[in-house]
Amino acid sequence: MNLALNLVAVKTIIRKEMVRVLRIWIQTIVPPAITMTLYFIIFGNLIGRRIGVMDGFDYMQYIAPGLIMMSVITNSYGNVVSSFFGAKFGRHLEEMLVAPMSYATIIIGHVAGGVLRGLLVGMLVTIIALFFTNLQVAHPFIMISIVLLSSIVFALAGFINAVFAKKFDDISIVPTFVLTPLTYLGGVFYSISMLPEFWQNVSKANPILYMVNAFRYGVLGSSDIGIGYAYTILIAFVVLLFSGCMFLMQRGIGIRE
Amino acid sequence: MSALSIKNLTKTYSNGNQALKGINLTVETGDFYALLGPNGAGKTTAIGIISSLVNKSGGEVEIFGHNLDTEQEAAKACLGIVPQEINLNLWETVGNIVFNQAGYYGIGGKRARERVEKYLRELRLWDRRNDTARSLSGGMKRRLMIARALVHEPKLLILDEPTAGVDIEIRRSMWDYLQKINEAGTTIILTTHYLEEAESLCRHIAIIDEGTIIEDARMSEVLRKLQREVFVLSLSDELAQAPELRGFKTRLRNDGELEVEKGPETDLNDLFGQLDDCGIHVVSLRNKANRLEEMFMHLVENKGTST
Repeated sequence: MNLALNLVAVKTIIRKEMVRVLRIWIQTIVPPAITMTLYFIIFGNLIGRRIGVMDGFDYMQYIAPGLIMMSVITNSYGNVVSSFFGAKFGRHLEEMLVAPMSYATIIIGHVAGGVLRGLLVGMLVTIIALFFTNLQVAHPFIMISIVLLSSIVFALAGFINAVFAKKFDDISIVPTFVLTPLTYLGGVFYSISMLPEFWQNVSKANPILYMVNAFRYGVLGSSDIGIGYAYTILIAFVVLLFSGCMFLMQRGIGIRE
Repeated sequence: MSALSIKNLTKTYSNGNQALKGINLTVETGDFYALLGPNGAGKTTAIGIISSLVNKSGGEVEIFGHNLDTEQEAAKACLGIVPQEINLNLWETVGNIVFNQAGYYGIGGKRARERVEKYLRELRLWDRRNDTARSLSGGMKRRLMIARALVHEPKLLILDEPTAGVDIEIRRSMWDYLQKINEAGTTIILTTHYLEEAESLCRHIAIIDEGTIIEDARMSEVLRKLQREVFVLSLSDELAQAPELRGFKTRLRNDGELEVEKGPETDLNDLFGQLDDCGIHVVSLRNKANRLEEMFMHLVENKGTST
């Protein structure tokens, strides 16, 4: 593999993705900022006052890391799935498929684009959160590594969704019926210690629970689960999903006749 | 070295349609090659396989000696593709489309910007570099796809019906440009439905029909096989009926012009001599159909059996 060629190619894909995100900023940046502001106002400020303290933090502080993580996850996923499916649908994906760069480069470029959008929106949501509450970062390395790994996992998942999608409806099915319920049930708004034991165990099968809690641990120093589990699960997902993406690209499933 | 070598290439789609039935083709370096065939003959499938957009069922493809299965990166680097369908990101600017394509081939920074300027100027799109592709006319979009395919300066350029739907002026300017880059050393393979285009540009021709190559020869050899030609003669005076001419079939057309079919044993001097004897004055003469078109129709109808 020609490393220099692939480095230029991956930079080109990332640049293209960023140009796209900023060109349609009204669709990519503004909606999550508005949604999260509403979450902070309604759940954090209005309802949160009545809820009081959770795990030793006021409710606004407690939900802030979960909401940041939620915006990172949905935007990383959404960017890759819409960009890659759009390229497939408009057939300009062929520009990349005829070129001599490796399939790994195509995947990494798109995933990096998704991660960058996820982080951009995550930073914006963090700034909004700071208008409502005070956040002290307890474990900066854990916070940054967890948000990066989670973003990579969902960008890879978005890539696989885009490969299989045949029409625009197919790119909204997973976010609507899988991602959103798992996120809401992933401990963004509550601690699973509030649930009966059976539902606590069921919740532990939800990978988003580990991401939200590990990120909350990085920010607040409080978590429902062990951080080691979160890293294990995230790294396993990265390896598994990247291998899946490579397999699909090499076989041409969903992208070549 | 061959620019392109295809051996026993087959493709069967999942619906059972056998698009290619073991085609063999060799295109020499520097050639200008026409790949012709009716709709659904297998041309676009063959090009799809060569450009790695379609998975083959069997056979081998080599581009400048690089096997597409084992040396894919080197093979792809030699190839530029202009597809039949518009496959541009219509929301992207003209300049970015060509710049990104250079990046996908590992050409970045200043070198990429110089190439972008060079090819956009050559294809008369430089003034539109900041406009989105969707704002371009059909002919401009086709020229942009040529600029995009050339930005990495491929040794082999494949154009799948590049002039479909463009006006005659743009088509002629594209012909001139393609001839120029061919003279500069780029091997070109062209598919087209405009047989006049193939006849005037290409030195070699292959005709594919129902997934099989039914003709593969130099253009001059193919045309030499054509033994029957039909001419349309415009006359100074209208005739009441078609004259009887030895060795020629004649027919009077509704518009008053005379249609004359010439066989292999006669020539035009003989025709004009006979017309002169009948007192018929010819103002102008033209082929009823393009010569290659006649040959093409004959080969496709008779599946490769020459007259």
